[in-house]
Amino acid sequence: MTTANQTAVPLLEMRNVKKDFFGNQVLTDINLKLNAGEVLGLVGENGAGKTTLMKILFGMDEIRETGGYGGEILLNGEKVSFSSPFDALAKGIGMVHQEFSLIPGFTATENILLNREPKRHSVVAEVFGERFNKLDRGAMKQQAEAAIDKMGVYIDGEMTISQMPVGHKQFTEIARELSKDQLKLLILDEPTAVLTEHEAIALLDSIRGMASRGIAVIFITHRLQEILSVCDRVAVMRDGCLVQDVNAKETSVQEITRWMVGRTVAGTEASHREIREGKVIMSIRRLWVDMPGETVRDVNLDVFEGEILGIGGLAGQGKLGIPNGVMGLYEAGGKVLFQGKEIALNAPRRCLDASLAFVSEDRRGVGLLLDESLEWNIAFPAMQIQNKFLKNYLGGLVKWRDEKAIREVTEKYIDELAIRCTSSRQNAKELSGGNQQKVCLAKAFALEPQFLFVSEPTRGIDVGAKALVLNALKKFNQESGVTIVMISSELEELRQVCDRIAIVSGGKIAGILPATDSSEDFGMLMVSQVK
Amino acid sequence: MSETVNQTNPSFGKLIRKAVQSFGLPRLIIAGFLLLLFILAPFVNADLPMQITNTINRFSWNAVLVLAMVPMVHSGCGLNFGLPLGIVAGLLGGTLSIELGFRGPASFFISILIATPFALLFGGGYGWLLNRIKGGEMMIATYVGFSSVSFMCMMWLLLPYHSPNMVWGLSGKGLRTTISLEGYYDKALANFLQINIGKLSIPVGTLLFFAVLAFGMWAFLHTKTGTAMTAVGSNPTFARAAGINVDRIRLLSVIMSTWLGAVGILVYEQGFGFIQLYNAPFYMALPAVSAILIGGASVNKASIMNVIIGTFLFQGIVTMTPTVMNNMIHMDMSEVIRMIASNGMILYALTRKTEVRR
Repeated sequence: MTTANQTAVPLLEMRNVKKDFFGNQVLTDINLKLNAGEVLGLVGENGAGKTTLMKILFGMDEIRETGGYGGEILLNGEKVSFSSPFDALAKGIGMVHQEFSLIPGFTATENILLNREPKRHSVVAEVFGERFNKLDRGAMKQQAEAAIDKMGVYIDGEMTISQMPVGHKQFTEIARELSKDQLKLLILDEPTAVLTEHEAIALLDSIRGMASRGIAVIFITHRLQEILSVCDRVAVMRDGCLVQDVNAKETSVQEITRWMVGRTVAGTEASHREIREGKVIMSIRRLWVDMPGETVRDVNLDVFEGEILGIGGLAGQGKLGIPNGVMGLYEAGGKVLFQGKEIALNAPRRCLDASLAFVSEDRRGVGLLLDESLEWNIAFPAMQIQNKFLKNYLGGLVKWRDEKAIREVTEKYIDELAIRCTSSRQNAKELSGGNQQKVCLAKAFALEPQFLFVSEPTRGIDVGAKALVLNALKKFNQESGVTIVMISSELEELRQVCDRIAIVSGGKIAGILPATDSSEDFGMLMVSQVK
Repeated sequence: MSETVNQTNPSFGKLIRKAVQSFGLPRLIIAGFLLLLFILAPFVNADLPMQITNTINRFSWNAVLVLAMVPMVHSGCGLNFGLPLGIVAGLLGGTLSIELGFRGPASFFISILIATPFALLFGGGYGWLLNRIKGGEMMIATYVGFSSVSFMCMMWLLLPYHSPNMVWGLSGKGLRTTISLEGYYDKALANFLQINIGKLSIPVGTLLFFAVLAFGMWAFLHTKTGTAMTAVGSNPTFARAAGINVDRIRLLSVIMSTWLGAVGILVYEQGFGFIQLYNAPFYMALPAVSAILIGGASVNKASIMNVIIGTFLFQGIVTMTPTVMNNMIHMDMSEVIRMIASNGMILYALTRKTEVRR
C-alpha cells in the first residue's frame, strides 16, 4: 500500500512537538512522519498523550487557550499552524471523535453534508443573500451516496441519526469526513470502541480502501490486533513520549504491550509486602453495574482483610464501575458479602452503615460540596451517618451541629494531610485539584471506615500531591488496619502502593497478580478481553 | 508544604471593593435609592414618621412570606414560585376559623392550626411532584401556584360557607372577594405590645412573631437535618453518596415552605385587616421572590439575614416611592418602579444560576 505513494516530501511531519499544561509536561519532543496513503496505528495507555497530540494537529481551541504548543507541524513540507479546527479542515485534515457530533433529528445525508450542501438558486436569495438558496436534495443524495460508497460500508442515507444503531452513527461520521474532496488525512479516535465485531471488520476494510485512494489515516485504538491487521506502521506513546515507531509487520501484540506499559523511569519500586492470604473481608460475586462508559459485566473478587488491593485496566473496561456499583451510586446487581453479611446494592446508606467508605473519581461532581467550607466537606458524611460532631438537646430530639468539634477534626486533617488552604472555612472550590483530593480523603478518613474504596486518587493532580496522597493511603492502611481497594488507570502507581493488583478487562476480572509481577504480564491482561 | 500562608495586607481600596462585592452591587444600588427617598421625603413635604411606620408595618406583614422561600432554596428546589399553594392553605385556615365562629385574636392561632393540615397535604403533593421534575422546579412551581389559585377561584364559590360575614349578600352563598377581619383576627399580633411614639408606631407583636419563626428556621439549619438540607441543595450527588435520602429532604423542605406560606398569609391578613380571595394570591409570590433576591440570596443560597434585609429594602421602596414620587412630579410612578425592581431582581438572580459549576 505504502510503496505506491512514497514521495520525497511526507504528507505530514511533526518536528519536536511539545505541550505542557501549566508546567505539567504532557508531550515531549514528538517526531513523526506520515506519507500519503499510509495507515499509522497510534497506541498508548490512557493519559499517554495520544489525544492531546491529535488535538494539536487538529487545531483545537483548548490547545491555544492553554498556551499553545512547541515545535512545528509540516503539511506537504509547508509549516502550518492552525488557529481553529476550520483551518485544519480546509487543509484536508478530518477527525472522527470518540463522542459523536451529529444532529440526532437529521438524516445521515443531511448530517454528512451539513453546512456544505449543494444549493439551487432561489429568488429570495437575490434579496437576502446566499443563505436563502434552496437545498438541492438530489445532488445531496448523490454526494452522500458517493461518500458512503467510498467508505465501503453501506448505511441508509435517509435514516435519521436517532434511529441508527451506534455503529452506523460512527460510519456516518466517517462518511462526513470522506465527503470532503480535499480530505488528505483522516484521524480516527477509537472508532471501533462502540462497534460490534462485524462492524469493526467492515471498518477495517474501509480503512484499507481509503488508504488505497491515497488518504493517510491515523488510527487510535486499544485493540492491538486491529492495529496489526490494518496499519502499515505502529507508533507507541508512553508518558508523553513517542517510544517506538516501527513497521507493523515487524512487531507483535506482546512487544507493543511491553512498550506501552514498561517504564524506563527509575525509582519506581513495587510494594514488597507479603501477600496476606488471610480472612476474606469482602467477596463480590457475579456483580454487574450499569455505569455509562464503565459497564461491569460479571465480576467475582475476594478482598483480604488488611490488604491494599489495586484494580487496574484500560479506560472504559469497567474498573470504575466496581466501586460505584458496590457503593450504590449506579444501578447494580449480584451479590456482595462484607464480613460474611450481605450488603444491599443500590442503597448508599447501607454500605456506609456497614462502615464502608468511598472516595469517588468524580471529585467535583460527587466528592465535594464546592460551595461549602472545608469543615462541612470533611465532617458532613460522618455527621450524617454516625452522628458525630453533634450536640444533643431535649433528649436527642434536637441534634445541633457542634461547630467546635467540626473545626477541630478539620484542622487535624489539614495538618495531617498538609492541605494547603487559608483556613478551615475556605470554600472547597477555591482549592487546587490535589488539595481537593486530600479533602476527599479526609472526608473518608473522618468516617473511620473498616473498608475504603479509592477511585482514581491521583487523577489530574501534580506529582508532589500524588506522592502525598499515596503515602497517606499507605499510612492509613498500616496504622488503622483499614482494607483499601484502590482503582487507578496508572499501573505504576498501583504497583507502588498495592499488595495485589486485579486487572479488569471487558467488564470482568482478567486476572489478579502480585504487584511485583512484571509490567508485561499486567499489560497482557489489560488487553486480553477488550471488547 | 511547610511554608506559612502569607497574609497580605489589603489596601483600603481593596477593602472597599471587597465589601461592595460581598454586599452585592444591586443591593447597594437599591439601598442607596431607598436612602435617597428617605432623605428626599421631608423636602417634598411627605410625612416621614408616617412613611417609616408604613415601611415597618409592611415589613412585618410580608417578612414571613419571604422567610418561606428559605427552605426550598436550601434544598436546591430553587425559589418557591409555587407560594400561592401555601397561601391557599392559609386562606382555607382563615376562612374556616371564621366559618366555625372563632372570634378575636385567638382566631389567628386557630387559623394557623386549621391551615396546618392543608399545608402539609398540599406541600406533600407539591413536593412529590417537584421530586419528579428535578432541574425544572421553578417553572413547574409557577404553574402549580397559578393552577392552584385558579382551582380555588371555583372552590371559593362552590364550598358550602355560610357565615354572613363572608358570603355574597344577595345569593347567600359563595365567598366575597374581600372579607373584613374586624372582630376576628384583625391586628391580632400588631396590637400586642405596640409602641407608639408620636406618629411613629411599631407593631412589636408581629415583629416578635416573625423573629420566633426566623429563629426557628435559623436553628433548624444548624441541626443535623438542616445541615443535610443545605448539602442536598449544594450538591445532591454528594449528599446521596453520603447516604442522604435526597428526595425525602427535598419533600421536607417543600412542606416547610408551604406551611410558612400559609402562616405568612395569615400574618399578612392580620396586619392588612382583610382576607383577599380569588385572584389575590397570584400577586403574592413575585414580591416575596424578589425581596429575598434583593436581600442577596441566590437560587441556591439564602440566609435569614437575606430575608430581613431584602424584605426591608423591597417594602421600603414599595412604600416610599409612591409618596415621594407623587409629591415630586405629581405622577404615579410607583407601580412602574416596583415592577422594574421586582422583575429586574428576578432576572438578575436567574442569570446568576450559572455559578453552580461542575
